[in-house]
Amino acid sequence: MAITSTLSSDGSLLTIYIQGRFDFSSHQDFRASYEGLEKKPERYRVDMQETSYLDSSALGMLLLLRDHAGGDKATIEIRNCSPDVKKILTISNFEQLFDIR
Amino acid sequence: MSDDTPLTILVADDSDTDRHILETIVARDGHRVLSARDGREAVSVFEEEQPDLVLLDALMPNLDGFGAARRIKALAGESLVPIIFLTSLTDTESLVQCLDAGGDDFLSKPYNRVILQAKIKSFNRMRAMHSTILDQRDQISRHHEHLLQEQTVAKQVFDNIAHSGCLDSNNVKYFLSSLAMFNGDILVAGMRPSGSMMVLLGDFTGHGLPAAVGAIPLASTFYGMVNKGFAVSDILREINHKLKTILPVGIFCCATMVDINFRRQQIRVWNGGLPPGYIRRASGGEPEPITSTHLPLGVLSNQRFKDDMQLYDLAWGDSLYLWSDGIHEARNADGDMFGEDRLKAVFVEDADNSTLFDRILGRVQAFVGEGRRDDDLSLVELRMDRPENVNAVAAEAERRSRSTLSEWTMSFDVLPGSFRHFDPMPLLLTILVEVPGLRQHSGDLYTLLAELYSNALEHGILQLDSDLKSSAEGFTQYYELRQQRLSAISEGLIRIHLQHSTTDEGGILRLRVEDSGPGFAGGARAPALSNDSHAYCGRGLALVEKLCDAVHYLGDGNEVEAVFSWSSDA
Repeated sequence: MAITSTLSSDGSLLTIYIQGRFDFSSHQDFRASYEGLEKKPERYRVDMQETSYLDSSALGMLLLLRDHAGGDKATIEIRNCSPDVKKILTISNFEQLFDIR
Repeated sequence: MSDDTPLTILVADDSDTDRHILETIVARDGHRVLSARDGREAVSVFEEEQPDLVLLDALMPNLDGFGAARRIKALAGESLVPIIFLTSLTDTESLVQCLDAGGDDFLSKPYNRVILQAKIKSFNRMRAMHSTILDQRDQISRHHEHLLQEQTVAKQVFDNIAHSGCLDSNNVKYFLSSLAMFNGDILVAGMRPSGSMMVLLGDFTGHGLPAAVGAIPLASTFYGMVNKGFAVSDILREINHKLKTILPVGIFCCATMVDINFRRQQIRVWNGGLPPGYIRRASGGEPEPITSTHLPLGVLSNQRFKDDMQLYDLAWGDSLYLWSDGIHEARNADGDMFGEDRLKAVFVEDADNSTLFDRILGRVQAFVGEGRRDDDLSLVELRMDRPENVNAVAAEAERRSRSTLSEWTMSFDVLPGSFRHFDPMPLLLTILVEVPGLRQHSGDLYTLLAELYSNALEHGILQLDSDLKSSAEGFTQYYELRQQRLSAISEGLIRIHLQHSTTDEGGILRLRVEDSGPGFAGGARAPALSNDSHAYCGRGLALVEKLCDAVHYLGDGNEVEAVFSWSSDA
C-alpha cells in the first residue's frame, strides 16, 4: 500500500493516488496527503486506478476527507474504481456524497 | 555449371570411320569419349558409365538407334541425357522418327564440326537448367513435407488443447474443415461448474501460422477459466486482454461467445465481428439473426472493451447456428459467393430441424462443387435441451462431485501471537475460491471476511469503542489505541468457521467468526448499524448485511454468522 498525492500547479486540485489495499493501515498516510497544505484546494480527486480493495474503515476515511474539504460544499471526485471497489462504494450509497466514475 | 564443363559423351556408330571422326572432334574439345559399335553395346556402356550426352547413329546392327534411344531414355529416368541422332537419312519421316524415339535433336552426315560443338554446348546448358529445376523441385517437396509434418504435430498439440472440452456433447453438432486451424478458425466448448455450457467460435484475421498462433492462448484461457467458474464477462475480458497483448496490430479474432443455461432455458450471446448467427425455433418461423454488436477480440484495450451480452429465451429443441464467414464466402466455379440469402433459404425451405445442419453443409459443398471445396468452412449447431438429456451436463455434475469442494466445513483459529501481523484473509480466500462457483464472488467474500474479522479483533479482543471515531482526532486516536493494545495483547482467540454446502442453483456458505471477548451481552456495545450516512464508523456490519442473505448474532454476541448463498448463473 502506498499513498501519493500531487497538487495542480495553481493549487486548485489535489489528486490522491491509492495503491493496493485501502484500509486502516493507510490512515496516517491518507490523512497526511491532504492535511497541512498551505492553501486548501478547491477540488479533490481520489484516484483508485491501483486500488485493489477498500474496507469499511476506508469509507470512514473518505468521509473524513469530505468533512475536511468542507462537508456538503466539498467537491471530491473518485476515479478509476475497479468493479469490486465501486460495488462497496455503491452499497454504502457513497455516490450521493462523492462524484464517482 | 558453365557450358564449357567437360562432359562424358557416348559415341555410338557402326562405321569405324564415322565414329573415329566424331571421337576426334569431341575429344578435342576436352570431353571424355566412350564408344559403342551398335545399339546393344551403346545401351550397356550407358548402363555402366552413365554418360552425360549420347551421339547415336540411327541405323546400326543389333538394335538400331531408335531402339537404343528408347532404352537409354528409360534408363536415364528423370535426369536429362540429351540424345543427338547422327543420320544420313534426310526424309521428313525418318527425322520425325528420331525425335519420336526420344531423340532430342539430329545431326546430318557429313558432320559439320562447328554445329556439333554448338549443339553440345547448347544441350549442356539445358542439362544444367534441368538439374537446377530438379534440385529446386526436390527442395520444395522436402520443405512441403516438412511443413506438413510440422502442421500435423501443431494440430495434435492444438487438438489436445482445443478439444479438451465438451464439443462431443449430444446437443452440439459441428463441422470444422480438416486444416481449419490454419485458416484461423477455432471452436471451443466447456461446461461451467453450474452446468451451463459455454461455446466460443472464433475466426482470426489472416491465414496460416500467424492466425493459428493466437488460437492456442485463446483456447487455454477459455478452458482454464470456464472450468473454474469465472463469469462470462471475465473470460471475454481475459481473452481480449491476452490477444490484444500478444497479437500484432491488424491480427485479431472475430468471435461469438454463447453461454447456454439449460435450467433457465436461456442463452446469452456476445458477438464481436462474426456474421449473424441464427436462432431456429422448433416451432418454426423465420430464423432470428443475432448480429454482431461488438468489436472483435484483441482490438480494444480492456478499459474500452464492452462485455454486455444479448439474452434470448429458448424453448426445448430450439437451436442456435453459428458460422465463420467461410460459408458466406464459399465460391462456386463461376466465382459467385454462397451468401446470406442462400443460407437463409436453406432454413426456410424445410421445417425439419433434425436435418438442418447436414442440409446447410451439403448445400454449401454442392454449391462450391467437388473440385474446389473450400478449406475454411466452420459450422456449429447448439441445441437447447432438457439438462437431464444433455450428456455434458451429467458429465460435469459427475466431475464436480468427484473432484471439487462441495460439502465441507473448516475451523481456523487465530491465536494472540498472530493478531499483530497476520492477515488470515488471503489464506482463507484461497480455499474459498477452490469452490468453482465461488470464485466469481471472491470480492464479496473478501469484504465479508475482512469486516467480520476486524470487528472481532477490534471490538471483541481489543475492546475498542467505535464512538471514538466520531471526530477526525478520535479516528486517529482509535487507530493509535488499536496499535497500542495490539502490541500488548497476550491472550484471546478468534475462530473462523466456514461451512459450505451445494444446492441445485449453486451453494450456501456460512461464515462464522467468534472471538473470546465478552460479547455485547457481556457488557460490550451491541453492534450499531449506522443510519447516519455521514458517520465515520459503523459501516462494516452494514456492508456485511448488504452483501449476504442473513446475519445472525450468536452466543453472547461474540459470535457473528453471515450466510452467503450463491447462484452460479450470475
